[in-house]
Amino acid sequence: MRNHLHALCLCILCTLLLAACGGTTTNASVTPTPSNVTLNVFAAASLKESFSAIAAKYHQAHPNITITPSFNGSQILEQQIASGAPADVFASADQVNMQKASNANLVSASQLFVKNILTVIIPANNPGNITSLKDLGRKGVKIDIEAPTVPAGKYSLQVLDKMAQSSDYGPAYVSAVKANFVSQETDVKSVVNKVQLGEVDAGFVYVTDVTNAVSSKVKMITIPANFNVVAQYYIAVTKSSAHASDAQAFVQYVLSPAGQDVLQQYHFTAINP
Amino acid sequence: MSTILLRWPARIGVGILAGSFFLFLAIPLISLLFHEPPSLLWSAMQQPEIFQALQLSVFTTCVSTLLTVLFGLPVAYVLARKDFPGRSLLETLVTLPTVLPPVVAGVALLLTFGRFGLLGRYLTPLGITLPFTTPAVIMAQMFVSSPFFVNSARAGLEQLDKRYELAAYTLRASPFYTFRRVVLPLIRPALLTGIGLAWARALGELGATITFAGSFPGITQTMPIAVYVAAESDLDTAVALSVVLMAVAFGLLLALRIGRNRLPLY
Repeated sequence: MRNHLHALCLCILCTLLLAACGGTTTNASVTPTPSNVTLNVFAAASLKESFSAIAAKYHQAHPNITITPSFNGSQILEQQIASGAPADVFASADQVNMQKASNANLVSASQLFVKNILTVIIPANNPGNITSLKDLGRKGVKIDIEAPTVPAGKYSLQVLDKMAQSSDYGPAYVSAVKANFVSQETDVKSVVNKVQLGEVDAGFVYVTDVTNAVSSKVKMITIPANFNVVAQYYIAVTKSSAHASDAQAFVQYVLSPAGQDVLQQYHFTAINP
Repeated sequence: MSTILLRWPARIGVGILAGSFFLFLAIPLISLLFHEPPSLLWSAMQQPEIFQALQLSVFTTCVSTLLTVLFGLPVAYVLARKDFPGRSLLETLVTLPTVLPPVVAGVALLLTFGRFGLLGRYLTPLGITLPFTTPAVIMAQMFVSSPFFVNSARAGLEQLDKRYELAAYTLRASPFYTFRRVVLPLIRPALLTGIGLAWARALGELGATITFAGSFPGITQTMPIAVYVAAESDLDTAVALSVVLMAVAFGLLLALRIGRNRLPLY
């Protein structure tokens, strides 16, 4: 018994020592050397592909700057920054969460940097036999959508509200569509997955979600501009950033034609400054 | 004298280790409680959709736990008592769902029981569609939580001395009677532990459920999913709902623990 305990104590001591060592090494690497800077960019989940590409390009142009992106829901990112996460840049998929960060004095002045619109996608083999938006109101069609608390879900409902007011579709159509909702997902990618697997006949997603990886498995049914809702993405440097000027330079790059070009390649709508 | 002196450091060591670990588990839970003013908790409780989610969670987890016991007990018995080729393979297989990330478990269920799944494609013509239904919620919960019960029951059976059963047989008890009146009462602690673990895991189930069954209020939106959905817009509500979920789980697990000591199983 005593021997076991001694062994245990030894183990714990070793672990503590190791942890202490780990602590010192990380501290050493975090200390900024004037030439090499790592920027932590907290970006909305929908920016995953585009911001990864921008980060790689930016590092190529500025070898001393390494961009480390962290992707998650804008709401979660905002919460993480409020809890002291070491973010240098915050890129939110909506104005609401950027406003929240700004109200809490977490970020400097924010800027609109890109726009996104919605589309309806259907599985490539089209099990629901859907050829137009009208078909979404047919009885028995399975439609997947995001929960109303998720920005994409909120925008989708706004699209339907606009359709309810038009003479082409009207309120009866919209309530028929809403009766066909089979699920309210917690994020856009879940809707993409379920359409891709053919479990639902149609889903509401951003055009940017139809990435190269899924473009062969789904088909798009365009939502006309007069019904569509434009999602606005905002970017800002955090107040806690230790490299504020470097972070600001990165934000400028995202806003520059070069950065906007990359975003457009991923189906975002560029802003015209 | 000297032995007592030597024991003191050991006691203090155990006390510090156990105490700090207990605090490590308890403080995060308590901090959730302190995060919320009680009024917010109360108003969260009164939202109809929350009550609906709680109701669905309690119903589905009870059904899934019952089914887990029904199907899992024979599996545990076979694994503990029968020797056959491939047994260790089966044992490993039974534990595998606990390793699988829940979302992948959900995808696996979709690929099996979905519209175009391996089995699902034969169910569709019969008019049976499982995804996005309450039975799908129960299936997802069973898939991820049953290993906890099976492993616990198996461990209980393995530790049970076979001679008790043999003694019953010599007294001409039937196998079923022996199992019900001799084996089950003897492995009751292991069974109840397994039931508690499986039930708790099912109650907290999120990833597999949301992937396989989706999230629709009243049909597939369980409490953890409601918490997740609420967290998208308002973290305070999400925390309040989690506290409610914790309270329900605490009550039921405590009841099970007391039942383990008092109520007869048969």
